[in-house]
Amino acid sequence: MFIINCPYCGERDQSEFSCGGEAHIERPKQPTELSDDQWAEYLFMRKNIKGIQFERWNHAHGCRKWFNVVRDTSNDKIHAIYKMGERPPLK
Amino acid sequence: MKNKYSIFSLIKNALSNHENWQRAWRDPEPKKEYDAVIVGGGGHGLATAYYLAKKHGMTNIAVVEKGWIGGGNTGRNTTIIRSNYLWDASAGLYDHALKIWENLSQELNYNVMFSQRGVMNLAHNLQDVRDLKRRTHANRLNGIDAVWLNTEEVKRFCPIINTSPNIRYPVLGGTLQRRAGTARHDAVAWGYARGADDMGVDIIQNCEVKGIKRNGDKVEGIDTNKGFIKTKKIGVVAAGHSSVIANMAGLKLPLESKPLQALVSEPVKPIINTVVMSNAVHAYVSQSDKGELVIGAGTDAYISYTQRGSHDVIEGTLKAILELYPIFSRMKMLRQWGGIVDICPDASPIISKTNIKGLYFNCGWGTGGFKATPGSGDLFAHTIANDEPHKLNAAFNLNRFVSGDLVDEHGAAAVAH
Repeated sequence: MFIINCPYCGERDQSEFSCGGEAHIERPKQPTELSDDQWAEYLFMRKNIKGIQFERWNHAHGCRKWFNVVRDTSNDKIHAIYKMGERPPLK
Repeated sequence: MKNKYSIFSLIKNALSNHENWQRAWRDPEPKKEYDAVIVGGGGHGLATAYYLAKKHGMTNIAVVEKGWIGGGNTGRNTTIIRSNYLWDASAGLYDHALKIWENLSQELNYNVMFSQRGVMNLAHNLQDVRDLKRRTHANRLNGIDAVWLNTEEVKRFCPIINTSPNIRYPVLGGTLQRRAGTARHDAVAWGYARGADDMGVDIIQNCEVKGIKRNGDKVEGIDTNKGFIKTKKIGVVAAGHSSVIANMAGLKLPLESKPLQALVSEPVKPIINTVVMSNAVHAYVSQSDKGELVIGAGTDAYISYTQRGSHDVIEGTLKAILELYPIFSRMKMLRQWGGIVDICPDASPIISKTNIKGLYFNCGWGTGGFKATPGSGDLFAHTIANDEPHKLNAAFNLNRFVSGDLVDEHGAAAVAH
C-alpha cells in the first residue's frame, strides 16, 4: 500500500512490483566448500528487520527490471532507491 | 484459589448486578528473579505458562507482554481450528492440539466456545482435486477424520456456495474435516491467563523486552521497561516480532514477517453453518456467534510490521468471495485489520531450543497458529521444562534448516491456513 519510484519507469503503485526480499546477500563464491551451517545461513536465515531494511524489488508488471529499495518496515516509508550494482546509500 | 464459574456463580453474581466478580488475573509488578520468563502474552505464550505450572510444577514464572494479553495475533485471526495436514509430523502436532481443544472449556473452567462445525476445503482445478484427495488419504492413515465431497455433496453441506460450472474457478469438490471448527479467540487467552494466574504465574502487561542479557552461551535475564528480570530460561513466543527478539540475543531466524489481513461484516442471521476455505482463489469464510461473516485474506508479499495490509490483497479476496457466494454481494463490511505473521520457508513452525543455553523459541506459525494454541503451549512447556523437545515437536527444531529435514507444508497442504 505505497508508491514505488521505479528508477526506469517512475512512480507506480506497489501492486505492480514484486519483492525479492533482503538485498546484498551474496551468492557463495565457492559453493562446494560451504558447510551445512553456511548453506543454512545463505538460504534461510534472514535479518527480518523492524526498521530500515535494504531489499530487492522487481517491476514485474512494468519494465521487469530489478533494483534495490531502502524501506522502513515499521511504517513502509521508502528512504532511497538505487540500481543493481550501485553503492547502497546510508549504509 | 479462583472461584469456579458455573450456572450458580452466574445467578449469585446477577443478584449483585455483576459488580462483585472476582478478578480473573492479578496485575503484579515483576519480581527480581523467576525460574522462567515467557516473552509474549498471546494464546501460545499464556498456554505455555499454564502447562509449565500445571504439568511441570514450575510456578515461579512470569509472562511479559508489551501490550495487553491477547492483543496481537490472538485477537486478530479468523479462529479456524483443524488438523488435516499432509505430513506425519504436522498431523501429530495439529491433532494433538485439536484433542486438547475438545476438552479445553472443561479443563480451564472457561468457555472457549469451541464449535466443531467442520472445515471444508474446496478444490477449483484438477491439481487441487488430486492434492486434496491425497491429503484425505494421508489424514486417515494418521487417524484424522477426513472425507472427500463431490460438487453435489459440497452444495448439500453448504447450500449458499455457487457450484455453477460456469464460474471462473468452478467448485470441483472439496474435503471436509468434521471435528474441525472455530473457537472464541479472546476467551482462549483469558482462560489460559486465569488458569495460569491461579497457579501463581505472574502475568505482567505493558512490559516490553528491550534486551536479552547473555553470559557467553547462556542467558542471564531480560531488560524490560520495568527493569531487569533475572532468569535462566527464556521462552520467546512473540509471533511476528520473533526476529526482533532474536536479534537482541544476536541470533538470526529463518523468518519473514508480513501483514495478514482479515475482515468482518455487519452481523446477520445464521447463513453459513461451517468454515469454507478456498486455497486456489484465496478466500475463506465462516460466521461468528455474533453473526458477523469472518473473512480471511492473504499476506502482503513483502516484509512489513505495519498492522494493516494492502488494498489489492483484500480486493482479490472479495472478488473470490463474491463469485463463490453471490448472496453476500450487498453485505457491508464493518472492520478490516492486519496482523504480523512470521512465516518459515517450509510453512511449519519452530518449537525449539537454540544454541544459546536457556533460550527457547516458539515461532514461525505463519498464517495459521491459532488452531495449534493448546498443543503449542503444551509442547513448548515440555521443551522448556526438560530442555529437550517432546517427540511431537522434535521435527520442528531450528536445526532442520541446517540438516535440510524440512516439514514442507507450503505446496503440499492447505496453504491458506
